Amino acid sequence: MESNRRSFLKIGGICALGLGALPVTKALARKALPQVSDFPEALKANQWAMVVDMKKCWEQADRDCKDCILACHQYHNVPDIGTIKEEIKWLWQESYHDTFHDQATKFNIANIEHNPIMVLCNHCTSPPCVRVCPTKATFKDKKSGIVKMDYHRCIGCRFCMAGCPYGARSFNFRDPIPYIKTELNMAYPARERGVVEKCSFCTERLARGLFPACVEACRHGALTFGDITDADSPVRKLLAENYSIKRRPELGTGPNVYYII
Amino acid sequence: MLERALTGSQKYYRLLMGLLILMGMGFAAYLYQLNTGLTITGLSRDVSWGFYIAQFTFLVGVAASAVMVVLPYYLHNVKVFGRITILGEFLAVASVTMCLLFIIVDLGKPMRLLNVILYPSPNSILFWDMIVLNGYLFLNIVIGWNVLEAERKGTDSPSWLKPLIYLSIPWAISIHTVTAFLYAGLPGRHLWLHSILAARFLASAFASGPALLILLALVLRKYTKFDAGKEAIDKLSQIVLYGMLVSIFFIGLEFFTAFYSNIPSHQHGLLYLFVGLDGYGKLVPFMWLFALLALAAVVLLINPKTRKDEKTLKIACLCVFFSMWIEKGLGLVIGGFIPNPFEQVREYLPTVPELIITMGIWATGFFVLTILYKIAVSVKEEVE
Repeated sequence: MESNRRSFLKIGGICALGLGALPVTKALARKALPQVSDFPEALKANQWAMVVDMKKCWEQADRDCKDCILACHQYHNVPDIGTIKEEIKWLWQESYHDTFHDQATKFNIANIEHNPIMVLCNHCTSPPCVRVCPTKATFKDKKSGIVKMDYHRCIGCRFCMAGCPYGARSFNFRDPIPYIKTELNMAYPARERGVVEKCSFCTERLARGLFPACVEACRHGALTFGDITDADSPVRKLLAENYSIKRRPELGTGPNVYYII
Repeated sequence: MLERALTGSQKYYRLLMGLLILMGMGFAAYLYQLNTGLTITGLSRDVSWGFYIAQFTFLVGVAASAVMVVLPYYLHNVKVFGRITILGEFLAVASVTMCLLFIIVDLGKPMRLLNVILYPSPNSILFWDMIVLNGYLFLNIVIGWNVLEAERKGTDSPSWLKPLIYLSIPWAISIHTVTAFLYAGLPGRHLWLHSILAARFLASAFASGPALLILLALVLRKYTKFDAGKEAIDKLSQIVLYGMLVSIFFIGLEFFTAFYSNIPSHQHGLLYLFVGLDGYGKLVPFMWLFALLALAAVVLLINPKTRKDEKTLKIACLCVFFSMWIEKGLGLVIGGFIPNPFEQVREYLPTVPELIITMGIWATGFFVLTILYKIAVSVKEEVE
């Protein structure tokens, strides 16, 4: 009996070893995964950044100009839900007072407090939203520095919305598709109910050698896009010549959207 | 042992039926949410977590009830808790079950839940929360069940159980710490960004968990032959008192830092909760109710006469439970989102379907609790 049990255990052990080895050999024998190669026309940067020259924006006679917002929201099939509660926005306006509340003063130059500021995702160097995401559905692309979203992986826990100190993230509380009031852009996916979304710095356009939709749409040259790590880039030149500010720099997030006021 | 849950008095069946009806209503409301989206809740772009996550946060605290009886019994040899460790452990099982359900109903894409395991992200506190909560659930089921089984057979509990029991003590601390870390590490949310948050969670848990345990023990004594014993209840009420005092002290510390430093962003959340901000103050009456209940609880508990009198003790425990429910289950989570990153006030109140779903989950928790307590009490009645 004892020897029977021993031989049984031996055989069982060998079988288990064999089964255990199977995935190992499979993993070792597997060919390298196919790699995605970039389009030849792709625009590349170590860290994309944007400089928003609000002076140029405010100087316009047509203060109701919303070309950048319209271009962005149309290109990305952003729905118009129509309520503040469930609003979805990638690029929008907030007042100077609300955006830079830490540096607002009563006695600022004429009416600047009520002037609009264009706000969007800051594509932070150290993004808290990425840190808190439990599925890596939002992630920092090491090649471009863009904070990206995988709408197919997001579980809709909204931890990133609590983590983002800029209010840059929107959640699809309902099916957004009936609320897309612009012509559907088939080149960009519409989202499903239950996922978070935000500005993508037009990563899909950069891949095809195009600048972001908002930058392209601005007729007044208020939006400048470029590589913040490249000293010759247009953004760096602007920053070298003008005084600029960032939103809530004290939080250590390292925002990559700069404002010339 | 499970078969003991199947036979019981008329009252037992009626209770289960009642809970099942509430669970059914909650489930129907959840199906509605699943089909229409979280739009049916009061949640918004600015207050992106609300009632569900607040209940979850509060119930993590109730789950601490186990450690407050297990720790004195196993580490300090407080014999009077021997009879009720099982009640604490099973209460923890029911609370953690509710916690997990509250997380699931809060998800926008619950069918993708397993992505948390499929793409493990140790940088996310939510990942660790999943591990500690499920671990705590598992520990309490295994420990509770085996201790009870041993009691039924009249033997000592198996020797491999001891290490698990000892492990469950720091593990209980971990569920609060990790849950507090969900909030305490977010830049720009000043109401939460305090190193004392985890300690505050623990203190309030040590008040609300044992308070519920006292109430449950008194209910069991009334309807079954199981008596927790006067001494055990007295010891528990002392724990509740200390938990409550430390909780209130910690909340006071938050007020000092915010108002003595005079930093506006640190004051906003507290101002919104207690006096209103920019003319908005839907939570103000609730927060004052919290203050009132907390005060009443302390007055009743600190006086040995009212603490030892069961009638007033019951009232004190109810005060503790509801005050902590308001403070943690309502104020802390919702207040953290107000004002929003643009310092605008966007308020939040739960909607009716949201409340029905919440009620359904509480009913599920009490359903689990009723069945587990029924088994425990049947075994104990048999042995005696």
